[in-house]
Amino acid sequence: MDFLREIQELRQFFRSGRTRSVAWRKKQVKALLQLIHDNEQAIFEALRQDLGKHPVEAYRDEIGVVEKSANNSLNHVEKWMAPRKSHVPFLFFPAKGEVISEPLGVVLIFSSWNFPISLALDPLIGAISAGNAVVLKPSEQAPACSSLLAKTIPHYLDPDAIKVIEGGADVSEQLLLQRWDKIFFTGSSRVASIVMTAAAKTLTPVTLELGGKCPAILDSLSSPSELKTAVKRIVGGKWGPCSGQACIAVDYVLVEEKFAPVLIELLKKFIRRFYGDNPKESKVTARIVNKQHFQRLCNLLKDPLVVNSIVHGGSVDEEELFIEPTILLDPPLDAQIMTEEIFGPFLPVITVNQIQESIEFINSRPKPLTLYAFTKDETFKRKIVSETSSGSVSFNDTLVHFLCETLPFGGVGQSGFGRYHGKYSFDTFSHEKAILHRKLFLEIEPRYPPWNQLKMQFLRLAYRLNYFGILLFLMGFRRRN
Amino acid sequence: MAGEEPKNVFDAEAASSLARELRGTFLSGKTRSYEWRVSQLKALLKLVDDNEQEIVDALRSDLSKPPMESVVCEIGLLKNSCKVSLRELKHWMKPEKVKTSITTFPSSAEIVPEPLGVALVISAWNYPILLSLDPVVGAIAAGNAVVLKPSEISPATSSLLAKLLGKYMDNSCVRVVEGAADETTALLQQKWDKIFYTGNARIGRTVMTAAAKHLTPVVLELGGKSPAVVDSNINIKVASRRIIAGKWGCNNGQACISPDYIITTKDYAPKLVDALKTELETFYGKNPLESKDLSRIVNSNHFGRLTKLLDEDKVSGKIVYGGERDESKLMIAPTILLDVPRNSLIMNEEIFGPLLPIITVDKLEESFDVINSGTKPLAAYLFTNNKKLKEQFAKGISAGGLVVNDTTLHLAVHTLPFGGVGESGIGAYHGKFSFDAFTHKKAVLYRSFHGDAAVRYPPYSYMKLRLMKALIGGSINGIIRALFG
Repeated sequence: MDFLREIQELRQFFRSGRTRSVAWRKKQVKALLQLIHDNEQAIFEALRQDLGKHPVEAYRDEIGVVEKSANNSLNHVEKWMAPRKSHVPFLFFPAKGEVISEPLGVVLIFSSWNFPISLALDPLIGAISAGNAVVLKPSEQAPACSSLLAKTIPHYLDPDAIKVIEGGADVSEQLLLQRWDKIFFTGSSRVASIVMTAAAKTLTPVTLELGGKCPAILDSLSSPSELKTAVKRIVGGKWGPCSGQACIAVDYVLVEEKFAPVLIELLKKFIRRFYGDNPKESKVTARIVNKQHFQRLCNLLKDPLVVNSIVHGGSVDEEELFIEPTILLDPPLDAQIMTEEIFGPFLPVITVNQIQESIEFINSRPKPLTLYAFTKDETFKRKIVSETSSGSVSFNDTLVHFLCETLPFGGVGQSGFGRYHGKYSFDTFSHEKAILHRKLFLEIEPRYPPWNQLKMQFLRLAYRLNYFGILLFLMGFRRRN
Repeated sequence: MAGEEPKNVFDAEAASSLARELRGTFLSGKTRSYEWRVSQLKALLKLVDDNEQEIVDALRSDLSKPPMESVVCEIGLLKNSCKVSLRELKHWMKPEKVKTSITTFPSSAEIVPEPLGVALVISAWNYPILLSLDPVVGAIAAGNAVVLKPSEISPATSSLLAKLLGKYMDNSCVRVVEGAADETTALLQQKWDKIFYTGNARIGRTVMTAAAKHLTPVVLELGGKSPAVVDSNINIKVASRRIIAGKWGCNNGQACISPDYIITTKDYAPKLVDALKTELETFYGKNPLESKDLSRIVNSNHFGRLTKLLDEDKVSGKIVYGGERDESKLMIAPTILLDVPRNSLIMNEEIFGPLLPIITVDKLEESFDVINSGTKPLAAYLFTNNKKLKEQFAKGISAGGLVVNDTTLHLAVHTLPFGGVGESGIGAYHGKFSFDAFTHKKAVLYRSFHGDAAVRYPPYSYMKLRLMKALIGGSINGIIRALFG
């Protein structure tokens, strides 16, 4: 099991040039749309099996995302593929410059278990649109989805160019021993470091889409309806995506001490409204993916100080892998629940004296993937943008920036590097090749040795783009060397 | 041992303290203002202007680089880089507004460039001024604090850079660390926000492995065997001069984008060799070892490496021009070889010296296979008047950058991204690409409190599902249909 043969086949197919035509790329993306369309029920079922996702959530976060991305690519890929002219300074006349996007070659995509369909297929769309051959390695922690992808993709997409390889850590390790033209990884920082270390051996460029503790700053909002909307969006942004098991889920909330009670009341209200009085029965929220993560999350609550800070929820069911939406008020900042990405249905509410302190709070921690802030204060907004650093910032809403195709989606610092979505997906799997065209007449003699003062003078003028000076110089420069 | 003076060693502790100090300065916000960046870029310009002679002397000491090359290829290009940055910086720093779709309506969005933080620039010995300061220009323009580690293989320049940057730049944000492998290792153990490395693939791998521990993004400007394909029916004189300028005119072939080897047809090769010989003599005279217009080989290590390439059994008989060497002066004359075997050493590693093998093929189209059978080079060159060949070249050759009918010039065009692909590197720079290389483009979405689609929230229903499909798909008709059944 060393996959060498598969990769060689892919490389050969790529070399044949068949992945480069617009027609081929569009055909693959259309086929992907057909795959989704034909297998929608099967996808819903697989997501229900792996994560207990409700079909609406499954559509919203997975199928819909892929459809949107595919359509966007079909509409724009030709434009993205077109060479872009670069202005070349007159000094180089006659010359023409351009930048061509070319596929990198054979790329490897690792996807994660929490959005096992969209985080596999969205990057895949980018890789195909850019003209690459692809190996997709879905997460084994979402086995029904992994198996569904492995089964359906060969029937819809060109099997000579796109392969799905299933398996666990041992398979990933084997894949990482090979040379790739790009590795696209979505997952945890710990594994990302392993991936990048392996990539370094072959100088393979990587994009790492990681996570972090995405904070939500809640400023004072005078209008009750706006406050309600803000809290509603926070609730939707926490327990909506895979029960908090999402890289862009709200990890914790920062609020001024005096508003904490109101916030908590509203949080409880919306939790009840969305998930009913018995969230376990309503089956609206996803379950915890597996025993290992369930244990990890339960361990976060082992600390007595943390348990004492629970103001809502806290109940768990190991058999159903269910943890109810839980709110904590000011758990100790050095507890694991506040030093690690939670990736689950616990929402710590952290109070500060003045909301401005949130900036320092966030800056003293690793850079998150997304920062959320609910405020109407324009000065505060500007301050947040200029004084904090995160992959992205979203004001007055949660999660939706993920759907904005014109915005680059990616992390910074510990939350990763590289980006995708829309044209950024295309770019991430492309090499921007510069081409300079020159002509074989009109020589600038001073370019060549033997050197002398006259040539030096000319080149100094040339470098300053001092065309007038050059002209004068040339007029007096009679003898060629 | 007792009684010994403690050495001023730059070890892991010193590196850690340096990184901490610079991070503190960066977090104070000092490097972010437009004024600070401009002041530093201007200081760099002044540094180069005030000390041109010293720079030329240092380059002569390290590489016997002809003053003209120093002024044109190092100083001139660097000054240009500063000027372009100064001219464009305001524009580069501005957030870019982007369109939003109905899916997030009502909303507005922009992409805000922000500095990554503290950057580490590790530079090379062959263009020790340019390859040190050009990335520093990018780091500063993007608002970062920066540590520069010049190459110890060009010691006079390294020491000059340490002196001058210490004198002209804001020391709380811009620092130089001199040294060799130990110092570099100590630096690489620290967490940086970006590492920019120029050099060879072997160290490139080490740098990226170290970066992986901290998930630090890297730019690796490496090398490779940059081929020059020469067609017939061209102005052979001009083509030869440009090949010579790109090869021996660039640090005597010790440049990452020098044409490494030539591919031409069997029929045309004699003409090409003749033209090259004629022009080489015009440029460097009959005694090139004595010419003042050629750089020397940087050190005896590389001298030994290059002579080994020349002296290999199956290669030494293929010399058709040059081959002279003077170990005492570390000089190797411009050397052309014809039809060396493909499995010779000289055809299997980057030459980085004044040796130019010419490989011949029957039909010029075969040259593409030759190039594609190797790793992707940093640059590839084609001399031809044939439009179809140009198109095939542009499409079929993957390299960092391509030039048609010239060599190396693309390095000087700041509107073109300069960087490698595959084994020739990761990332790009020059002009705005330098700014981008040290920047995080932060996506910012502004939403209002209105326009909250109940569709987003539970309890879920079939109707909500339909509406959601329409919203995400962004189709107004779909939305209307879903709303009104």
